[in-house]
Amino acid sequence: MTQYIIRRLLLMPLTLIGVTLLIFGMLSFLSPAERVSLYVRDIPKNDIVMDSLIERYGLDDPFLVQYYHWLVGHQDATTGEWTGGILRGEFGYSRSANQNIVDLIKRRFPATIELALYSIVPLIGVGTWLGIVAARNHDKFIDQLARLFGILGYSFPSFVFGLLMLMFFYAEHQIFPPDRLSNWANLIVNSEEFINYTSLVTIDALLNGRFDIFLDALRHLVLPIITLSYINWALYLRIMRSSMLEAMNQDYIVTARAKGVKEKDVFNKHAKPNAMIPIVTMSGMTIAGLLSGVTITETIFIYPGIGSAAAAASTQLDVVTILSLVLLTGFILLVANLIVDITYAFMDPRVRLS
Amino acid sequence: MAEAQAIEKKLDGLIGEYTERKISRAERILGPELYRIIKGIFTTPSSMFGFFLIAVFILVAVFAPQIIPPKENTLDPYKIRRDGFASVPKEPGTVWAKDPPEITWWYETFVGDEWVHLFGTASGGWDIFYGVIWGARTAIKVGLIIEGITLLLGIIIGCLAGFYGGILDDIIMRVVEVFQTFPFIMAAMTLSAILTPIIGKGIWPATIALVAFGWMSYARLIRGDILSVRERDYILAARVVGAKDSRIMFKHIIPNAIYPTLVVASLDIGTIVVSFAALSFLGIGTEIGYADWGQLVSFARNWIPQLSNYWWILIYPGMALVLFVLGWNLVGDALRDIMDPRMRNR
Repeated sequence: MTQYIIRRLLLMPLTLIGVTLLIFGMLSFLSPAERVSLYVRDIPKNDIVMDSLIERYGLDDPFLVQYYHWLVGHQDATTGEWTGGILRGEFGYSRSANQNIVDLIKRRFPATIELALYSIVPLIGVGTWLGIVAARNHDKFIDQLARLFGILGYSFPSFVFGLLMLMFFYAEHQIFPPDRLSNWANLIVNSEEFINYTSLVTIDALLNGRFDIFLDALRHLVLPIITLSYINWALYLRIMRSSMLEAMNQDYIVTARAKGVKEKDVFNKHAKPNAMIPIVTMSGMTIAGLLSGVTITETIFIYPGIGSAAAAASTQLDVVTILSLVLLTGFILLVANLIVDITYAFMDPRVRLS
Repeated sequence: MAEAQAIEKKLDGLIGEYTERKISRAERILGPELYRIIKGIFTTPSSMFGFFLIAVFILVAVFAPQIIPPKENTLDPYKIRRDGFASVPKEPGTVWAKDPPEITWWYETFVGDEWVHLFGTASGGWDIFYGVIWGARTAIKVGLIIEGITLLLGIIIGCLAGFYGGILDDIIMRVVEVFQTFPFIMAAMTLSAILTPIIGKGIWPATIALVAFGWMSYARLIRGDILSVRERDYILAARVVGAKDSRIMFKHIIPNAIYPTLVVASLDIGTIVVSFAALSFLGIGTEIGYADWGQLVSFARNWIPQLSNYWWILIYPGMALVLFVLGWNLVGDALRDIMDPRMRNR
């Protein structure tokens, strides 16, 4: 067990290096001139300026040299000062968002976290519950209905479903608007008297005693949450259902029945906890996925998280920004994967004891 | 002696019992496992409906030029035909005023002798009917291209890892891990954003990006199957006879290990098409006006506050996408039940 964790921990930096190499490799598809031209706004571009920039930042250097500079930064020959380098937290300037990428992440990431926090329960909870209902009524009408419902949701691309939601709840009835806050609330949140404790609008609103802003923020969260949940329910339904059916076929269930345990308790106390193991591991990855930005959902609902920032950056071909965001999400997913594997090892005695 | 004969007779009876089950010709050709899978897909009602949907889309794709012909002498038939450049969407049933297509026989029989916008237009005069019909062609074309290349890449890499094992296997699996670290859509988005200025707009940036981040699951799948096939006795037998590596690989291992990967891959086309549509919905890849369902749905984005008035921009292409994916998912869902060993005989 300890050996397993140590092995995983040792492998992680290796994967991280691979991740950065891959990202930098993608960046080097662009020629030096193309990379410089992202930052030279004059049209037509001045060749002398471009060449001097390429020279100055060493964009003509061999791949590994450039990779090293990208990772740890440049040392100025005369002053000895270091500049740039993603390891020192300098990701560069985002052209599409007109600000430093670190600031962009600081501003956008809380919104993504907030959406993820509110989505977890409806997404995983309801999906699992549907799976349990389907398994309990195995092969009956409810089972078929739940599966049909699930597969229909699974077949809706999130952008079609999200727009349908907007069409009905916003265009037709104006109940749940897109974006993160209404204009009036936004003005208050950005004003001096509103104190940002956590950057999560709903929690800050409560801490500031502004219940109306809390409600407004919640109103804007409803549609993204529904969209994210519905398209993911099928997955949880399927896994929970089959895992539950498998658990009900185990010997310990026969034992429990033989000693006279009530059927309800057999289902809830003996089968369910064991059937939950795959759900736990999967929810770890789902949460990580939510945290790493749900690009399409955020884009449709004009929700200012990192997913929509990445989408905006890539439509404007702002390579530097999107690569930084991908690096961030890759890191989140890598850590999440590690946590999931270790939890799994702790939960499953077959893994724990081997 | 008599005892031995009795036992033999009994054994014969037992064997007879087993061989008595009629083995159809199809089963003999396909082998028991594959036969069970294929029979399963074709006898489940939901998957039959799925096949029906897929068949309809294939027919639409094949006969797209007969359903609604492209502009004469056009270089790019995938470019959606437009009726003027009006900025306000026209509702379904509006007469096609400028430059209508030729009347086709089915249109004359069922609708009339004057082209109307059957599904309305988006802002800019883009005809949605044309987009949906030719979008089926794009979907199937893109699905097949991406799936084919991805599968080939996955199989090659997976075979290398599974067959040679050792350090090569370790390295490949680490690389797979690195590629799988990224969220699929985000990674594909990144790569196509990088590729667009290099190879220009069109279906290729998104295609390459989806291939580059899609091969890993197939590589893993076939590697696993090869690892198990590699240990079988007939491989050992082939080695003993002195067969070359390449012969063992192509004649013995791959044919026996490839089916699960092929089946899984063929049903991933639905997902692939959605991913492609998602990219073009975001505005990455194809240029505006390309007949692609994601592109059409993105027209609806400009009208979100009035979407209930201009519902047709969203509903028709959205329906096409949902039904297409539903078709593949219904078949895939049935298949997963059949192939899941935990669900067998239940």
